[in-house]
Amino acid sequence: MDSKLNIDRSLIKACRKSAKKISQKIQKYIDVHSTIAVERTVCRFFGVDGVDEYDVPLPNIVVEALTENELLENGAADFFARAILHTELTPQEIAQQISKYQFEFKELPQFTSKEKSELLKKQTSSSLNKIQIRKSQRDTYLNDFGDKNGPFLYVIVATGDIREDVTQAVAAAKQGADVIAVIRTTGQSLLDYVPYGETHEGFGGTYATQENFKIMRSALDEVGKELGRYIRLCNYCSGLCMPEIAVMGAFERLDMMLNDALYGILFRNINMKRTLIDQYFSRVINAYAGVIINTGEDNYLTTSDAYDEAHTVLASQFINEQFALNAGLKENQMGLGHAFEMEPSLKNSFVYELAQAQMIREIFPNAPLKYMPPTKHKTGDVFMANVQDALFNMITAVTGQKVHLLGMLTEAIHTPFMSDRALSIENARYIFTAMEDLGEEISFKKDGIMAKRADEVLTKANNLLHEIEAKGLFDSLSEGVFAEIKRGENEGRGLDGVFKKSKYYVNPFIEQMRKELEEE
Amino acid sequence: MSGYSTDKKEFDKELNLSNLRPYGDTLNDGRVQTSFTLPVNNCEKSTEAAKLLANKMGLSDVVVAQVKPLDDDFTFYVLYGTFKDSIDYKSIESVAIENHAMSMKETDEFVKENIGRKIVVVGASTGTDAHTVGIDAIMNMKGYAGHYGLERYDMIETHNMGAQVANIDFVRYAVDCKADVLLVSQTVTQKDVHIQNLTQLVEMVEAEGIREKVLLICGGARISHRLAKELGYDAGFGSGKFADDVATYIADEMSDRKNIRRNSI
Repeated sequence: MDSKLNIDRSLIKACRKSAKKISQKIQKYIDVHSTIAVERTVCRFFGVDGVDEYDVPLPNIVVEALTENELLENGAADFFARAILHTELTPQEIAQQISKYQFEFKELPQFTSKEKSELLKKQTSSSLNKIQIRKSQRDTYLNDFGDKNGPFLYVIVATGDIREDVTQAVAAAKQGADVIAVIRTTGQSLLDYVPYGETHEGFGGTYATQENFKIMRSALDEVGKELGRYIRLCNYCSGLCMPEIAVMGAFERLDMMLNDALYGILFRNINMKRTLIDQYFSRVINAYAGVIINTGEDNYLTTSDAYDEAHTVLASQFINEQFALNAGLKENQMGLGHAFEMEPSLKNSFVYELAQAQMIREIFPNAPLKYMPPTKHKTGDVFMANVQDALFNMITAVTGQKVHLLGMLTEAIHTPFMSDRALSIENARYIFTAMEDLGEEISFKKDGIMAKRADEVLTKANNLLHEIEAKGLFDSLSEGVFAEIKRGENEGRGLDGVFKKSKYYVNPFIEQMRKELEEE
Repeated sequence: MSGYSTDKKEFDKELNLSNLRPYGDTLNDGRVQTSFTLPVNNCEKSTEAAKLLANKMGLSDVVVAQVKPLDDDFTFYVLYGTFKDSIDYKSIESVAIENHAMSMKETDEFVKENIGRKIVVVGASTGTDAHTVGIDAIMNMKGYAGHYGLERYDMIETHNMGAQVANIDFVRYAVDCKADVLLVSQTVTQKDVHIQNLTQLVEMVEAEGIREKVLLICGGARISHRLAKELGYDAGFGSGKFADDVATYIADEMSDRKNIRRNSI
């Protein structure tokens, strides 16, 4: 693809090289550590599910018991291998015994590593097979119906009640939506457990539970069959339970996950070590399950100025890309994020937005870029909001963004009504149809505003990446390089859930998934 | 039925504030627009239902401008009608904060002269609310829509605690840094979660025994000064208000309170 903006290829290379070094340094740290969320995820891979009489999830109960009995540093998988060999019970039965204080940890014998690894091998392949079945179901649907060319129309539902969400989602699918994201209830990201079962109460969103995933998945499959289209389902792999949500999503065939390497650190004040370790396992799972991840750079621009801080978005995309590659994600699974958030009164704001979108399109040519609509400068004026969204839609029409989150005319007023979503879909469909091939027809002035702007942003991103490379990511985050938010290396939530792996530590799921991903 | 009417309509040509009505294109015509969705399928009967609902809202001469099916059993309507009733404008008691916002420089000078020290402001988006957009718009250096945030003021010392701050942590922090002003932002208002949270905060501030010592201010797109007063806050700032509005209020109010205290000695 020829660059329409005359982008300096050597600068792109320099950025990638820097980002790679930044991520490799962190990866070394990640590889020798684990977290309680990672181990709870291992429990879920073993099929441990459900809650006790106080609604505490069994994976949490198991991991807490392992911590108390000083068994966690070898990994939950090592414990289950020994416990299964010893008791010949299923992992779920073992977890239930633990929850009733009936499991005798002191009597647990040691087994040879050969015995353990044979058992783990069997368990791993049967767990991963569950994910493979889901993946091939998706492939079958996409083969039968074909997949959409052009942008995915992505809308959110956020009623708090999964049954009401289904009503809204089905209507949106019929109106033309391609992706349904179920927004999580506010505050879920800070829970160090995943709630259980079907839920009907939430604020600003609906609890992400495996049962809710299942309910929405089956509703979308149903309406998809009626429409002859595959409707994708999206949720949030972020917060303190990143890998757990990933495995639950993989079991229930979610197609997209918000899954950023740095988001939790910056915007949820989760400790950076915890998030970086958690994001790795979550991304390996997403890679394996064929999930498209969405990164959250758009959030930088709701906090900082979109014109001044555009280069931080690009720098972060390079870093997110490298962490994604480390986890085995393919380029076509990387929904790198950005947003249309420039101040409407800024002269030529549309021209700068167009330059940014075109530049990112050219730098990440195979990524299904995630483009977020204006929100910060929506005031509650629904008529103006429709115009802002129209401009936003035009950028995607011209530059080929892929995962296009539709703006709502009632942004800043309420979570979308069914009619708000319909009006928004109508707006986007009109523009995408009317401008379908416009991008192909346009070339930009060689030394025009757009080419200069792209060069400026890329140069600044390169400088920033070099700065981060020199300081290291931990120190850079504590100095507030992204979104002007400062986070200390040993501050934030969830640090007490991080531990160093012993030399006997095993996580057969990561190993097997990585192996298969590399062979692909 | 066409939306265009060639009938001559007689409207009162005078603006009568005792009988205030909406304005379309002629004084006192009472024309308004409304839109809603009905959970029934699109048919003549449901269009009639939309009209009847509009009548019950107090609208006459209703025109259904648009009918749009959203799903088998959901239909969206846009309607125009004439609002028959009116209100007495003069009888409304306003509780809005009626002050002309000072510029940043003016506020800084005012504080220097009348307070003589920096004002300490602690801000947060409290409870489960994860949105920093409101508190950042008021406090961040850059501010919002061309209005600089409180951080940029020389005479205001700011502490922005960010989002998802527990009310108890917020109050304790405010006590520790001897805050003059507590600024709390609420963005998520679904099922009135913000009311519960704001009420809890007032109770905690009272329990700590600092209610009289501080200015307690809330803000957010769905917050009005009236609501804030009802909940026991000193002031509330809704959409369209910026850092300079908040700073002016704080400076004025602190100066007034100082004078009252001096006079009572």
